[in-house]
Amino acid sequence: MSTLETPSQTGRTEHGSSRVKRGLAEMLKGGVIMDVVNAEQAKIAEEAGAVAVMALERVPADIRSQGGVARMSDPDLIDGIIGAVSIPVMAKARIGHFVEAQVLQVLGVDYIDESEVLSPADYVNHIDKWKFQVPFVCGATNLGEALRRINEGAAMIRSKGEAGTGDVSEATKHIRKIKSEIAALSSMSKDELYVAAKELQAPYDLVVEIAETGTLPVVLFTAGGVATPADAAMMMQLGADGVFVGSGIFKSGNPAERAAAIVKATTFFDDPSVVAEVSRGLGEAMVGINVSDVAAPHRLAERGW
Amino acid sequence: MSPLPTASQSVAGSRGNAPRVGVLALQGDFREHLRVLTSLGADAVSVRRPEEIADIDGLVIPGGESSVMDKLSRAFGLAEPLRAAIADGLPVYGTCAGLIMLADGVLDAIAGQQTLGGLSISVRRNAFGNQLDSFETDLAVPVLGDPPVHAVFIRAPVVESVGDGVTVLAHLDDGRVVAVESQNLLGTAFHPEVTGDVRFHEYFLDKVRASR
Repeated sequence: MSTLETPSQTGRTEHGSSRVKRGLAEMLKGGVIMDVVNAEQAKIAEEAGAVAVMALERVPADIRSQGGVARMSDPDLIDGIIGAVSIPVMAKARIGHFVEAQVLQVLGVDYIDESEVLSPADYVNHIDKWKFQVPFVCGATNLGEALRRINEGAAMIRSKGEAGTGDVSEATKHIRKIKSEIAALSSMSKDELYVAAKELQAPYDLVVEIAETGTLPVVLFTAGGVATPADAAMMMQLGADGVFVGSGIFKSGNPAERAAAIVKATTFFDDPSVVAEVSRGLGEAMVGINVSDVAAPHRLAERGW
Repeated sequence: MSPLPTASQSVAGSRGNAPRVGVLALQGDFREHLRVLTSLGADAVSVRRPEEIADIDGLVIPGGESSVMDKLSRAFGLAEPLRAAIADGLPVYGTCAGLIMLADGVLDAIAGQQTLGGLSISVRRNAFGNQLDSFETDLAVPVLGDPPVHAVFIRAPVVESVGDGVTVLAHLDDGRVVAVESQNLLGTAFHPEVTGDVRFHEYFLDKVRASR
């Protein structure tokens, strides 16, 4: 080790900047983030190649079947998961519940998911995410919603899909919607962007930025209904930067193998021969519910605005 | 994600005498590296399969999750050919997770985690703690001169010990080593690919050109 003669850091050292917050999401790209409800599952996920885990008390499929109010997890459970793995740990706070977010920040999670999977705590406002040093990921069903979340400080977006169903159709709909709305902005002339911002209900400056760059300023993952390697590869081919898998892994017959297979399919999303190979012999996928059979009031994607 | 340019698709010699630099594209921020290398005139191609390293002049291992890169590089038969290529003198630059992949030893690795190795150093994963401890700062890098490099550390590793033949290129005020070089290998605990400062990539491309 060299010892130092002169200070080597000049200028200010900054924690919690946008670049640092968005940067962690950049490093997660091409990876799979897996829902886990205990330390044992977290270890299985890490061993299978998860790029991060999402700590929660019940996976969405159980929240859906058991009902009741779904809240932030017990801090003991989150501590246990943080202690069990060395990959990043995310945890969910209820939409608008800024105190749950304060608690999660104190616990030292690496990312907070302000999530529609939990019961909303505020039906008007989302959390002011700029106030936090820890970064946030938020769900979106369309570009306007994504830009409103970014405007509130989200450092990562995930398309919502319909969590806990194992039905990928809503995930498909939302990622296609976001991508097509970005493409539409890119082809507009400058004088059309004022109305576009109004129609998207999004800040004009962000709309102009998207029109110019042709991409979101933050990483875009997809979520909600991904249950198979082919589902994950399809999301990647549709333009997702990475994949969240919730109930799809630990509600299946062989979680460790399915998790590893989804990781491989996410990396080789454009190679059907790899997707075919890893899809063999995985046993039962999660049973699943067709989104069309879920009564509208029970659809999670409609939470958040 | 749109389809990536791959070594097999790219037409040899289409960029004249530009060095062909692979970027390990198993997971992480490989696109940022591809973009920087392309902007500097390199023929940058993504690498996910063993056959794609055959005709590259150098390789970048990006930021991301080192344990995932390790698993995938072994599962898809890349690890052994890459170890052989490194031993054979292939220039490789690793950032963050890439630095871990190049280290001969890793502290706080997950069970069974392996590296490609080649750099006679030991690194500690997540040396600063969780994401709340991630930071950006200006860092003196004498070999690159002025101004200092704006360095972004994201759940970053540090180099805990340095063996023979390894040169320290940068350290923090507290003395912890965050950039090293050894013959054909270059490693930084931070991410020049996300800041727009291309001097580390230029420095690496000089290495690549010198080795051709």
